[in-house]
Amino acid sequence: MESIGFPVPDLGPAVPEIFLLGAVCTVLLLDVFLSDRSRWVSFLLTLAALVVTGFLVASGGGSTAYTFSDMFVRDPMADVLKMFVCIAVAGILVYGRSYVGLRGMYRGELFALALFATLGMMVMISASHLLLLYLGLELLSLSLYAMVALQRDSRLAVEAAMKYFVLGALASGLLLYGMSMIYGATGTMQLGQIASAIAGSDNPKGWVLGLGVAFLVAGAGFKLGVVPFHMWVPDVYHGAPTAVTLFIGSAPKLAAFALLMRLLVSGLEAMVNDWQQMLWLLSVLSLVIGNLTAIVQTNIKRMLAYSTISHMGFLLLGVLAGDLNGYGSAMFYVVTYVLMSLAAFGMILLLSREGFEAELLDDFKGLNQRSPWYAFLMLLTMFSMAGLPPTVGFYAKLSVLQAAFAAGFVWTTVLAVMFSLVGAFYYLRIVKLMYFDAPQDVTPILPQPDMRVLLSANALAILALGVLPQPLMALCIASIQYSL
Amino acid sequence: MNALPILSTVIWLPILAGIAILFTGSDRNAGLARLLALVGSLAGFLVAIPLWGGFDATANGFQFVERALWIEAFNVYYHLGIDGISLLLILLNCLTTVLVVIAGWKVIDTRVAQYMSAFLILSGLMNGVFSALDGLLFYVFFEATLIPMFIIIGVWGGANRVYAALKFFLYTLLGSLLALVALIYLYLNAGGSFAFHDWYEMPIPFAAQVLVFFALFFAFAVKVPMVPVHTWLPDAHVEAPTGGSVVLAAIMLKLGGYGFLRLSLPIVPDASQALAGFIITLSLIAVIYIGLVALVQADMKKLIAYSSISHMGFVTLGIFLFNSIAAEGAIIQMISHGFVSGALFLCVGVLYDRMHSRQIADYGGVVNRMPVFASFFMLFAMANAGLPGTSGFVGEFLVVMGAAKVSFWYAMLAGTTLILGAAYTLWMYKRVVFGAVANDHVAALDDLSAREVTFMAVLAVCVLVMGVYPAPFTDVLHVSVNDLLAHVGRSKLP
Repeated sequence: MESIGFPVPDLGPAVPEIFLLGAVCTVLLLDVFLSDRSRWVSFLLTLAALVVTGFLVASGGGSTAYTFSDMFVRDPMADVLKMFVCIAVAGILVYGRSYVGLRGMYRGELFALALFATLGMMVMISASHLLLLYLGLELLSLSLYAMVALQRDSRLAVEAAMKYFVLGALASGLLLYGMSMIYGATGTMQLGQIASAIAGSDNPKGWVLGLGVAFLVAGAGFKLGVVPFHMWVPDVYHGAPTAVTLFIGSAPKLAAFALLMRLLVSGLEAMVNDWQQMLWLLSVLSLVIGNLTAIVQTNIKRMLAYSTISHMGFLLLGVLAGDLNGYGSAMFYVVTYVLMSLAAFGMILLLSREGFEAELLDDFKGLNQRSPWYAFLMLLTMFSMAGLPPTVGFYAKLSVLQAAFAAGFVWTTVLAVMFSLVGAFYYLRIVKLMYFDAPQDVTPILPQPDMRVLLSANALAILALGVLPQPLMALCIASIQYSL
Repeated sequence: MNALPILSTVIWLPILAGIAILFTGSDRNAGLARLLALVGSLAGFLVAIPLWGGFDATANGFQFVERALWIEAFNVYYHLGIDGISLLLILLNCLTTVLVVIAGWKVIDTRVAQYMSAFLILSGLMNGVFSALDGLLFYVFFEATLIPMFIIIGVWGGANRVYAALKFFLYTLLGSLLALVALIYLYLNAGGSFAFHDWYEMPIPFAAQVLVFFALFFAFAVKVPMVPVHTWLPDAHVEAPTGGSVVLAAIMLKLGGYGFLRLSLPIVPDASQALAGFIITLSLIAVIYIGLVALVQADMKKLIAYSSISHMGFVTLGIFLFNSIAAEGAIIQMISHGFVSGALFLCVGVLYDRMHSRQIADYGGVVNRMPVFASFFMLFAMANAGLPGTSGFVGEFLVVMGAAKVSFWYAMLAGTTLILGAAYTLWMYKRVVFGAVANDHVAALDDLSAREVTFMAVLAVCVLVMGVYPAPFTDVLHVSVNDLLAHVGRSKLP
């Protein structure tokens, strides 16, 4: 029998997303019938949904497949990134459970929003069409805005949500504007067709196209939080409830990396000379301003916000190398970064308790005397962020630096190295507070067992991957090679 | 070559022992932590002995080689091997670790497990630096040593420990980050290889050689430390606990000298030759100017710290004279300085544990209360001054002799150390040890305990043996040093 009119697309490549959508709806509906005491059912369902989605992604088989009229692509890079998104979101939920529980946010809305955000990220990662990319991005962003504002009695959180929303909307506007110019110049929104349209045209560097690229880079810069589009980062990180900060600061970076790859590499690779210069400027500014500003922070959430900015500068250093080596390194960097930021914010959540936010650097004073184990885990995380061996952060920096060096950015490499010295200073200060100072606060640290295990595993993974970085590195490089 | 992975054991046994010690937990189990540390460090020393026994001093190239693919993505190998130079430094390191554990036995009573663990891990990492034959592996070990030392200075250090620890860390990190850029250049220039043997063979244009030389120079000069990047050392030494000062002086400074020998010279020989005058000038400034600075110090630890810088000037001088006598002298000087400066810091530690002061002015007439201590201290002070018959003499004499072959003035200026060294060391010794008992605190001093005699005696034997009969030490060096110099003699310009 012939189907009439509407051909059913091949749903195979999108199975994980479809499953996740079903799971979100289930959680959302089921939660309505649950009392506060049995909220753990939604929590477990949410975790289970993420685990199953992760498995569905992993069972993909590592080939590239297009569907929905080539709007949606499933390739090895997408699979790897989605897997890490699922792992990261599951980790965030475990880390944040007791924190949100004590602050009245342990509700079905949070789980649904987290899953919607995950779905948004997955769509972004798999988008091969400008509209779908935008759709995923908005699904992610809207969920995040709502999550920031979830603690609606907190003045800081509401202010942060407002700021995040206004600036985020501006960034989306920039992206849309850029997309419309690209569409105007090439007549298509499918990334592969954009690439061939640019390659096939007589005047590939028309000014409309150039302007479009500039808008896209600016929009992506907002989402990544790189200088000079970084103003929202510290305020949102600071104002949002820490569990939500952890969310904003980790998994979405994976999606933002995919956004860069899809837009600039899949779609606009022919314009590499244009976007390379723009990214170079963003990268250098982020390294300089992010690191210098982080030094003067007294609030650890703000400090980590500025440190994120500088990490994103490093990430761009890999992307702007403009070759497979660079993209692979950047992907390794972003995955490593997510791992480290999970551990760092996890530690802040660990020290927070009912009515107390461990937000100040001084709250880390004397942690070694309160709990040598957690101090050691934080030490590993901080040294990894500073990029010191034998932690994985070192290899992340090394791979990005060698890619930039190989692409001819020699003095930029030297500059990046010098500013990572500046960065080392403020990470060391945390170690100093934990190890060299006496504690101000001697409340025992009593985390839930699941958090204790996961946080330990998280920080030890930073060390283990530092001793044996090959598996993760190979995974990232191979997935980039097979996808681009 | 050898079936058993001895080098890996020498590296990983102390590290694993250190990790095991961490699990003894709080200070309630301090006794267990100390015992484990002693067993671990002794075991670490014992497994290093087969290196000495099995080392073939007549063979070229590296021995006890181990090689396995480590990071495929960057073509990095876990590649270990030693020559005569590394052999001596590894043995020195293993021995020092045992002594440091004994020295910290009673003195350290807070967070004992972490203290002992930091030293053992540090020891394993430094063995790694001395045996790595792959650029990235070398760098990983080289950088990782900063972490335990940072903790040691900052947690168990003196009043100004935080400043000293941060200064130590950031100063050395600055140097090594520049070296990282050089390593990346070498990696790409070698077509994607971090192996030393590839780096030794590949041609490098002169301009690039100069840049690589300076990048590596920063890393190693800060470590040595050479004038003018030496200012972290007096702070670090003064604030560090005794054990920290000993390891810092005896081993960590040698990472710099070793780096020059293993990386700078063979990888960029043309730049090294061209810039030798620059290094020699800095070395002579260190020998003379820092020697004068040492003369006016009022703090014993600071005095020994400056004396270290001055003596390490001899090492860099010897390395950049490019003749075998001077180079061997430089290496012997490194080993000897390890014994002597370690011993002197232990002597100051012994006094400090009793009096809680490092000021020379607080002492006087110590010999009346501590005759055994005074004799040991005398021996080490003499060795520091370069008295014939002690290890201090051998290295300095060889370097001066090597310098005389190159230029009379080098030898002349370097020779002033024999006067300056004697002046500042013996003057300090006289003010602290001789004379009438200065005050009630000195009058209440007790002489060395059996534990303290143990480590003093071990070091005294080393200083004397090496001073009287240095042949076993120089014998293992001949082939390695000649290979190295032959390599430096060949131009690598494309």
